[in-house]
Amino acid sequence: MIETHDLRRNFKSRKSVVEAVAGVDLKVEKGEIFGFLGPNGAGKTTTLRMLSTLLPPTSGEATVAGADLLKEPGKVRERIGYVSQAGSSFPDVSGRTELVLQGRLYGMNAHDAKARAQELLDSLDLADAGDRQTKTYSGGQKRRLDIGIGLMHKPALLFLDEPTTGLDPQSRAHMWDEVRALRDTGTTVFLTTHYLEEADALCDRLAIIDHGKIVAEGTPDALKRQVAGDVITLGVNGAHEQALQLLQGQPFVREATEEDGSVRLYVDHGEVAMPAILRLLDGAGIVIAALSLARPSLDDVFLRQTGRSLREAA
Amino acid sequence: MKFLRDTWLVFNRYIGIFLRNPAWVIIGLIQPILYLVLFAPLLKGIASTRGFPPGGAYNVFVPGLLIQLGLFGASGVGFGLIAELRAGVIERFRVTPVSRFALLMGRALRDILVLVVQSLILLLLSIPFGLHATFTGVVVMLGLVALIGLGMSSICYAAALALRSEDSYAPLIFTLSLPLLLLSGVLLPLDFAPDWLKTIAAANPLSYAVKAARDMFNGHSGDPDVVKGLVIMVALCVVGVAIGARSFNRAVA
Repeated sequence: MIETHDLRRNFKSRKSVVEAVAGVDLKVEKGEIFGFLGPNGAGKTTTLRMLSTLLPPTSGEATVAGADLLKEPGKVRERIGYVSQAGSSFPDVSGRTELVLQGRLYGMNAHDAKARAQELLDSLDLADAGDRQTKTYSGGQKRRLDIGIGLMHKPALLFLDEPTTGLDPQSRAHMWDEVRALRDTGTTVFLTTHYLEEADALCDRLAIIDHGKIVAEGTPDALKRQVAGDVITLGVNGAHEQALQLLQGQPFVREATEEDGSVRLYVDHGEVAMPAILRLLDGAGIVIAALSLARPSLDDVFLRQTGRSLREAA
Repeated sequence: MKFLRDTWLVFNRYIGIFLRNPAWVIIGLIQPILYLVLFAPLLKGIASTRGFPPGGAYNVFVPGLLIQLGLFGASGVGFGLIAELRAGVIERFRVTPVSRFALLMGRALRDILVLVVQSLILLLLSIPFGLHATFTGVVVMLGLVALIGLGMSSICYAAALALRSEDSYAPLIFTLSLPLLLLSGVLLPLDFAPDWLKTIAAANPLSYAVKAARDMFNGHSGDPDVVKGLVIMVALCVVGVAIGARSFNRAVA
């Protein structure tokens, strides 16, 4: 559905050149939810804008929805839907007006556009709001309308730029359901997010991007497995260097790092390692103030690849 | 064909948005009406002065006032575009297969229609004050206003797309439109101007439109200045539309 080769985009700012996207190779399969995870400024939106014909790449090639991005942007536009982070509806007109116009801009006749608009208003739970000005909509309603606008012409591929940013937890869950329902009808969804939980829970496959480069790619589970094993975090009241020294040499510890005064251990089997760790630290007279065991998260993947935590980077 | 269809769709959208608040037709007329009521009477006293063009105060002033309406009316159109840029609407249109040129023309045609309606209202209001209008005079006048409206609004859309914020758009437009107005002879005929001022004004395309409009209203419809004014306005219009079309076509907008 999408294939890119060494896609790049530079921005000139005063005298320096910023490489916003520094060579992205991607392959998105038909019918999957593909996530683009990374901190703000990592190049997610720039990549998305290039793939949706809004921004010409500085170099590189891409095929989007079966058409060459550079040679046939018109064909790409016909086949994709794009939902921007910035919104897409005018405050003074109704949601229905926006939907109908969108359909007509894709060549639908007035009758079909009206029918399709009604269908989307119903399925996106906007039936009551359809004839109100969009400035009266809640954040969740506005975002659902944006998605409806992107879906008006039944695109094979839908781009969603940060679809849940700024939404409350309930609207977010609602949005996830909408996106899954789309996939179930055969639509390929390419979305960007800086929420780890979202990438984990929603995406079939994802690519992690940082500083314009893809640093990891795969299913959420496969990515987490790369980190190997479980993560044990220890609070040791300032004795972290001592604890680190002690634990680094142990055979069951794959990797030990220090972060914000806590010790972070990557181990194969957390529940087995934990008693051993407790004994060791106790024997060395190190007081354990806090202890937690976690399955590896995508943040651990990000940390592993970039040396930073995504929570901090974002 | 697709271009015409798209232009029609875009035109309809903006007519729809405009009609949600038709009071703007009147708001846009307040300033010219103030000129008509509070300024034009001053000209009555000097209409007999040597150098004042023949035809009487209102037949000299009102044609210029309509050119001013065209200029100021068109200069405000960028604000609506900036509001839409901020709402993400323009980006959304750009991802659709809609003709880029239609995005400009549909809007500009709405602007022209509004200007023509405003011009007609202003002309009607001027009659009780003493304006003598002929049918051809009015037709040519409206043609001039439409050309100015199309040319100037295209340029203003290009400026709005480039600047993307009211804070930089407003000062630019107001700084540029004032000298254009002063150097067009709308307020007082340029016949009174010293030679150096006349030379500068000759570089202002609007001064030719004002001259052509005055000739039309004062029985000189055959004067070469009328053709000259129309030709210059067509040229302004072509240049303006080319500039506007280019910025709607550009990748980042």
